[in-house]
Amino acid sequence: MNIYVLMKKTFDTEEKIQINGGVIEEDGAEFIINPYDEYAIEEAIKLRDEHDGEVTVVTVGDEESEKQLRTALAMGADKAVLINTEDDLEEGDQYTTVRILEAYFEDKDVDIILAGNVAIDEASGQVGPRLADKLDMPYVTTITELNIDGDTVNITRDVEGDEEKIETSLPLLVTCQQGLNEPRYPSLPGIMKAKKKPLEELEIDDLDLDEDDVEAKTETVEVFLPPEKEAGKVLEGETDEQVKELVSLLKTEAKVL
Amino acid sequence: MTKLLAFAEIKDGDIRNVSFETIAAARQIDEGAEVVAVVFGNKNVEEAANQMIQYGADRAVTVTHDNLENYTSDGYTQAAMAVIEQENPDGMVMGHTSAGKDLSPRIASKLDSGLVSDITAIDGEDFVRPIYSGKAFEKKSIKDGKKFITIRPNNIAPLDQDESRSGDVASLDVEIKDIRTIIKEVVRKASDGVDLSEANIIVAGGRGVKSEEGFEPLHELADVLGAAVGASRGACDAGYCDYSLQIGQTGKVVTPDLYIACGISGAIQHLAGMSNSKVIVAINKDPEANIFNVADYGIVGDLFDVVPKLTEELKAIQVK
Ligand SMILES: Cc1cc2nc3c(=O)[nH]c(=O)nc-3n(C[C@H](O)[C@H](O)[C@H](O)COP(=O)(O)OP(=O)(O)OC[C@H]3O[C@@H](n4cnc5c(N)ncnc54)[C@H](O)[C@@H]3O)c2cc1C
Ligand SMILES: Cc1cc2nc3c(=O)[nH]c(=O)nc-3n(C[C@H](O)[C@H](O)[C@H](O)COP(=O)(O)OP(=O)(O)OC[C@H]3O[C@@H](n4cnc5c(N)ncnc54)[C@H](O)[C@@H]3O)c2cc1C
Repeated sequence: MNIYVLMKKTFDTEEKIQINGGVIEEDGAEFIINPYDEYAIEEAIKLRDEHDGEVTVVTVGDEESEKQLRTALAMGADKAVLINTEDDLEEGDQYTTVRILEAYFEDKDVDIILAGNVAIDEASGQVGPRLADKLDMPYVTTITELNIDGDTVNITRDVEGDEEKIETSLPLLVTCQQGLNEPRYPSLPGIMKAKKKPLEELEIDDLDLDEDDVEAKTETVEVFLPPEKEAGKVLEGETDEQVKELVSLLKTEAKVL
Repeated sequence: MTKLLAFAEIKDGDIRNVSFETIAAARQIDEGAEVVAVVFGNKNVEEAANQMIQYGADRAVTVTHDNLENYTSDGYTQAAMAVIEQENPDGMVMGHTSAGKDLSPRIASKLDSGLVSDITAIDGEDFVRPIYSGKAFEKKSIKDGKKFITIRPNNIAPLDQDESRSGDVASLDVEIKDIRTIIKEVVRKASDGVDLSEANIIVAGGRGVKSEEGFEPLHELADVLGAAVGASRGACDAGYCDYSLQIGQTGKVVTPDLYIACGISGAIQHLAGMSNSKVIVAINKDPEANIFNVADYGIVGDLFDVVPKLTEELKAIQVK
């Protein structure tokens, strides 16, 4: 089975966010594998162990993305592909990323592509469905269960808390939701092995694309922090008094009752 | 004249509020635009179409087909593309709901168009959206192609309903076929009728609620407030309540006027789903809990002591 995972490296949003020169300050920030892509990697490894085949993790990123790709290899993926846009592109959006991925997948024989349901930084959730459309593949978003039997695929999909049981077939693209599995940590032998696993590096030129082909359709005008919230009022006194004060504040100050 | 499509979303036979918000959003993009409501379903679509008109749409286009009973990407794409082909609109607005998130990128891809997702405000030509789990915001504009956006429910106020307003409702014949993802079964979990993403007041419980019974006082508080009950992932994972109540990055994203967090620590993934709430109250026994950093009002204490007293106090003032 030819199993592909789409991986994005993201800013760890647990960290403090600062803006410098109109953009989010990345210097010194911690980057991680997008958590939803960890579910995708874990599920891909399980599929390979069950059905044989190969797991290839693909990212559109920069030099620094190698770190997260090595982590994916250490978890158990077989191959990694870094499409490095650092030297060729200044700007991009979801259209750009998908145009590049589409070109990469054009000549690939794919059984399944697993993506995250959303990236925690830019958080549009567009990349999976957009790519599936370009590759003319069926897709199922926010999956919490996946079973493949021959060409038949049975899926549980999370729909705002309800569950849909879906039957479909390969080739297929899915986006992974929390609850699908528990991603493993890379083991020490895994980390050693990962260093020797193949990591292919491509540029858009290798995909017969140039800057104009992938020009973004949207533009970021401004990035800003929410207005600093005044420190909340922690109420004091006995519980009875606190509760009375809270109700009064909600009525008169916050005006929400 | 600019023409914008506003997508109606029907869930369990009822039109969701966010549908009306898409009309208001279209008017904010261009006040003078012709706003065309789009309604898909297997029956009774005219009723929803008329409601869309009462909420400000100029006219409506409907597609009725057995294969449109439940949302599927293939079915809705075929219907949407047929409407787009007929109307050739300058833009489209959908809710950033499960269906909107699934459908909008595919349509944008088909049209080779930009798409700005999960918008909370519209500022002239620019669209404002939360990023980095709600810790920052960005303003995006669409450089060329159709203005295609999805809006976060409960952020862009709908226009007032005008029951005397009327408009043309036209049905479009579309053959909906070759659905590649077949829905075998829908397991409904969402408990009572209140849609969390539309609720004005939410009482939410976390792991601090400690058991299924522990949610009882929260339900009683919610009843006096006319509120919906939500939960953290912690409470869902512990089995105290169903996952359909989950609020956060993987659950529902909510923007109520009042959010009361009881026994919730305030993890970033939870905050991503509620930090945009207008007023936040935190009840937690740990004064260091992160939830107090986003709360407008906090009570440090045992929720099993505080919540029932709060319910009593609210009842008392209601009697007065
Ligand atoms: C040169 C360049 C500059 C860019 N600059 C910006 C910018 O300033 N602002 C901006 O918003 N965007 C920018 N982008 C696009 C951005 O890097 C993301 O790839 C894109 O925004 C993905 O959208 P998202 O974060 O909303 O992901 P989502 O659509 O939410 O991601 C869902 C899933 O898609 C997959 N996926 C997403 N991104 C990638 C990827 N890069 N590689 C592989 N799989 C992926 C993952 O599985 C992920 O879980 C730029 C892109 C390029 C190429
Ligand atoms: C990829 C990913 C996605 C996630 N998505 C979500 C999501 O969508 N939503 C979400 O909520 N979480 C999500 N999480 C989980 C999140 O990281 C936290 O683990 C979770 O929110 C914790 O839930 P909690 O606050 O209820 O529990 P805890 O962190 O255990 O907090 C319980 C709190 O209750 C307080 N408490 C205990 N007893 C009492 C009492 N008697 N009275 C008052 N206070 C009391 C404690 O002081 C504590 O602060 C996600 C995690 C990951 C990795």
